[in-house]
Amino acid sequence: MAVADIAAHAAPHDEHPTSTGLNSRKLVFWAFLGSECMFFGSLIATYLVYRGRDQVGPHPHDIFAIPFTSFSAFVLLMSSLTMVLALAAIQRGNQRSGAIWLAATALLGMTFVGGQCYEFTEFFYKGLTLQTNLFGCTFFVLTGFHGTHVTVGVIWLWTLFTLAVRGKLPKEKSLDVEIAGLYWHFVDVVWIAIFTLVYLIQ
Amino acid sequence: MTDQGHPPGQPEHAHPGAKEYLAIAVVLTVITAVEVAIFYIPQMHPVLVPSLLTLSALKFTMVAMFYMHLKFDHRLFSWLFVTPMALAAFVILALMKLFGVF
Repeated sequence: MAVADIAAHAAPHDEHPTSTGLNSRKLVFWAFLGSECMFFGSLIATYLVYRGRDQVGPHPHDIFAIPFTSFSAFVLLMSSLTMVLALAAIQRGNQRSGAIWLAATALLGMTFVGGQCYEFTEFFYKGLTLQTNLFGCTFFVLTGFHGTHVTVGVIWLWTLFTLAVRGKLPKEKSLDVEIAGLYWHFVDVVWIAIFTLVYLIQ
Repeated sequence: MTDQGHPPGQPEHAHPGAKEYLAIAVVLTVITAVEVAIFYIPQMHPVLVPSLLTLSALKFTMVAMFYMHLKFDHRLFSWLFVTPMALAAFVILALMKLFGVF
């Protein structure tokens, strides 16, 4: 078979056959998420091990505002809903609807990050910094890394939104949205764990 | 997406529709509200930790199974995610034991 014939046959499919029969990008991304589990697991372990060992305040019960953080958790949960709706729209070939849901997800993510910035500022004025005590150090590192992940996700979502608006995100490229969605949902499940282990179980 | 995400010979499992996604979101919201309620109800404090851990695990599982589609995708994806997560949980518990947390 000539090279041109191979190219002609390969053109409709942008994915190559693999020995596992599974999509390699998706497989690698799940492996990456597995490594992220270990990463956040180490940060959560550090927080839990040093919890309650502070010689000086402020302590968690002095500064946490559970209603505010509960609202942030709700916002991030709802962003997972808008993310799957974006993926469903792109898989149907509806780029306009996909763009709207992607923008909604990014805006909810920005709301969450904004809330975290507000919370960090409040804690700073209440005397909690990275250097104050073990609680401050482990809390800011854990939640700060999570916030950074959300920020990366927001940038990723706006990039996909731009592609969808320009009509460059047809259903043949829905895997791009699916992988972004996996990342976004992972960030959500990490917050589910942090919200319970850090905020509610003090 | 091509059908490469599924083993040869097995049909693709249909992902949930918008109604199912919305129903899952409602359940997740209700669980979050229950978690916060448990935190504020003094009578629940003796069972605070096991209750919150159970509800949190339930939320985690629902998002992973339905929103991340692990319930519908190839099992290898689940293994790639669950194995490191179990290892991370083991490390957390081992360190807590080592440092005398419990």
